[in-house]
Amino acid sequence: MSELNDLYQEVILDHSKNPRNLRKPESFSRTADGYNPLCGDRLTVYLAIKDGVIEDAAFEGSGCAISTASASMMTQTLRGKTVEEGEALFEKFHALLTGSDEAPPELGKLVIFSGVRNFPVRVKCATLAWHTVKAALESRPEMVTTE
Amino acid sequence: MTPTGDAATRKPPKRLDAELLKADFPILDERIHGHRLAYLDNAATTQKPQCVLDAITYFYSTEYSNVHRGLHELSSRATAAYESAREIVCRFLNARATKEIVFVRGTTEAVNLVAQSYGGKHVGPGDEVVITTMEHHSNIVPWQMLCEAKGAHLKVAPIDDAGDIILEDLESLLGPRTRIVAVAHVSNALGTCNPVRTITEMAHARGIPVLLDGAQAAPRMPIDVQELDCDFYAFSGHKIYGPSGIGVLYGKAQLLDSMPPYQGGGEMIRHVTFEKTLYNDIPDRFEAGTPNIAGAVGLGVALDYLSALGLDAIEAHEQALLAALTEALTELPGVTIIGTAKEKAGLVSFVVDGIHPHDIGTILDHEGVAIRAGHHCAQPTMDRFSVPATARASLGLYNTREDIDALIAGMQKVREVFL
Repeated sequence: MSELNDLYQEVILDHSKNPRNLRKPESFSRTADGYNPLCGDRLTVYLAIKDGVIEDAAFEGSGCAISTASASMMTQTLRGKTVEEGEALFEKFHALLTGSDEAPPELGKLVIFSGVRNFPVRVKCATLAWHTVKAALESRPEMVTTE
Repeated sequence: MTPTGDAATRKPPKRLDAELLKADFPILDERIHGHRLAYLDNAATTQKPQCVLDAITYFYSTEYSNVHRGLHELSSRATAAYESAREIVCRFLNARATKEIVFVRGTTEAVNLVAQSYGGKHVGPGDEVVITTMEHHSNIVPWQMLCEAKGAHLKVAPIDDAGDIILEDLESLLGPRTRIVAVAHVSNALGTCNPVRTITEMAHARGIPVLLDGAQAAPRMPIDVQELDCDFYAFSGHKIYGPSGIGVLYGKAQLLDSMPPYQGGGEMIRHVTFEKTLYNDIPDRFEAGTPNIAGAVGLGVALDYLSALGLDAIEAHEQALLAALTEALTELPGVTIIGTAKEKAGLVSFVVDGIHPHDIGTILDHEGVAIRAGHHCAQPTMDRFSVPATARASLGLYNTREDIDALIAGMQKVREVFL
């Protein structure tokens, strides 16, 4: 049961029930769709980038508790970071879930996702939003969409 | 042969003692995260009784060689064991002759075989193939590939909110260009038991052949292909308590006889020169290369095991558990059952308000309860019910009330985590 408690921590449950930045921003410069064929989870990530800084990060979609909480906390973490810092965070988050290294301090509160390590089939749930944001960061900058 | 549909002439089924039968399945003794295993993922695959495991070991230890060639003693023993398995399948389905039984890798390969061989010959530009909304991907994609290659059209018969095929709509899709109808006997995602006899009659009235995907039905009820009058029937070994990598395609002899080979190679030929190859008779024509010999032997033993228990007894046992499972799940707060057809078999798909099926699956696993969470290789079915995924508990002959109680207790744990 303790492994399960490590997975479904209070913070993760809170973000899954009340996801932050769950919206389509009025303006954004990069977007990408993510899909996990294993569980059918889909999400869309939106980034507003100005002068190499992520000014806004948001997402839409629905998924399991782990993928929703991961997307929610990811958007909070990315805001104010540079594109390079965002890409570096992807690498560190990915390593946290798939490796056995000590949690790097840059990840901050995201280290609570280390409990996912003990659930190999759920790693993709936690990394879906991050893979999607990586695709968005690598995509060619488009014109800012304004609705 | 007693027609399976004629209840009046049927003896009441024997009662299964599932608790006793558990002892035949060694894997059910495994402890999962410190709990007794409640294996409720039988629609994905079933566990194997000791007699199947022993038969495979015995075959490899005393009879194994290649089949249909070689003059030595072991080749004769292996051929006899392999062909005896074909006879068992023939009896199990009540086919007319063993030449109507083709060994394949599984249901998927059976459907691909019919799509490529029968479809390749009979489906042309502008022709139509009819399936239903509730099909497994393996009864969708082979037909899509065929239609794309031939310039034909895939027509999909809709289902209603309960998960029943809308028969009038299906019938209206059957036209002069329809070349084949392919339907699940039992839906793997909804549990719907389709009126396949009626569908076959509808299609045959227009001269259209019917393929039935029996992957979920064959392990759960008596199957009589003559009574169903279907033209093709497909099922998988691993879902019917036999080995993986072996399955069966039944086809009416005159249809199989008219079909070109599916794959080329050894075994399927009569005579080969570089100018021309003469193909073998059925069923060998469709079994190119060395087959899964031990798989067929194991499947034969599994089918004999089921026949000894009685398929009607297994059906009655699962129906009783299905009723209990449905009732218990319905009483849980926030639970919606997806698939409430009039006739169901063996499984319940469900969703819970505010809790994703994947989270349900992980928490139940930690309680020793194995279920499936996902789209069940039936994404169009999920789309029909506007859910990304469901949790699915599926029954087998060894399941007991205790397994259902474990699931329901596990669901309380799920609520505790998410409350």
